[in-house]
Amino acid sequence: MVVAERKPIEEILAMVADFKKVLLVGCKGCVTVCCAGGTKEVGILASALRIARKKAGNPLEVVEHTLERQCDPEYVDQLGPMLQENGFDAVLSMACSVGPQFIAKKYPIQVFPMLNTTFIGGALEHGVWAEFCQSCGNCIIHNFGGLCPIARCSKSLMNGPCGGSANKQCEVSPEIDCIWHLIYDRMVELGQVEKLRNVFPIKDWSTSRDGGPRKIVREDLKL
Amino acid sequence: MRLDYPPNVRIVNVPCTGRVDMLHLLKAIEDGADGVYVAGCHEGECHFQNGNLKAKRRVAAVKKILEEVGLEPERVEMFHVSASDGPGFAAAARQMTERIRGLGPSPVGPMPDCDFGGSDSEQVALGV
Repeated sequence: MVVAERKPIEEILAMVADFKKVLLVGCKGCVTVCCAGGTKEVGILASALRIARKKAGNPLEVVEHTLERQCDPEYVDQLGPMLQENGFDAVLSMACSVGPQFIAKKYPIQVFPMLNTTFIGGALEHGVWAEFCQSCGNCIIHNFGGLCPIARCSKSLMNGPCGGSANKQCEVSPEIDCIWHLIYDRMVELGQVEKLRNVFPIKDWSTSRDGGPRKIVREDLKL
Repeated sequence: MRLDYPPNVRIVNVPCTGRVDMLHLLKAIEDGADGVYVAGCHEGECHFQNGNLKAKRRVAAVKKILEEVGLEPERVEMFHVSASDGPGFAAAARQMTERIRGLGPSPVGPMPDCDFGGSDSEQVALGV
């Protein structure tokens, strides 16, 4: 899933400093699962903003709403009637950065991101998430025992490890496992360690960001 | 035991403090409570294993939010009191009341439809 975290409240308060009424929109997709922008987080942020502005003697009306997803136009369309009638000064989106962009594209109103979209990852345990994919557009993890050296090696080395690997840790931080240590252990476990003798060729990065913004077109799914 | 505790404390019962959500605490502050505290079981004595520890972490998270919005984090607190410890419960109520009186009324505003007969401190306690 896309993993995100809420911006500091101080930064958000500065964004809404001039407003009297805002629509805070959550998303029931990835950011609900990673507890960053679902219905509950919308409630918590809305409450925090109201407290801050009441304290400042300049109340802010925060209307809460959570969409099924903000990355599909049919759900973003549901904001139309709300935005037409209620005199909002701005929309605050608690989705990943796709959400505010979809809302901005659709409605002539200022949109602010409430989250920092951080990575594609998974939960290591309840409340802890880690990066597992960098969406390079051409998955090669089967060559490395199912582990990704692009996203999980600090240098994205495909013929690692580097000299910074020590005691299973990356030199960048003791919090980071050296993925090449894990890849080696995994290949031993699979009885395929000899495969690591093959030099992995230079990766074609044109499927990644080097090819510019990407698009997938599925003619079979078009309506 | 007929123990006295400050009359400004409004009690909200929950089956276990593990039920206490960050929003419960924030909403009380938002509505003008001068302080909110959670009275849960002692650590290691939760009937549901770790409800009180979860509450403790949520209280800490709310303290952080209050700090971010410029409100004293001391307005929210976690106390560990056994369900049968009446004197402990009364002591926690007194301790919190004294602390809140020291901090003064919440700048967020008075609680609506909440009159404790001229009391200068309004608190909500969430506890088992």
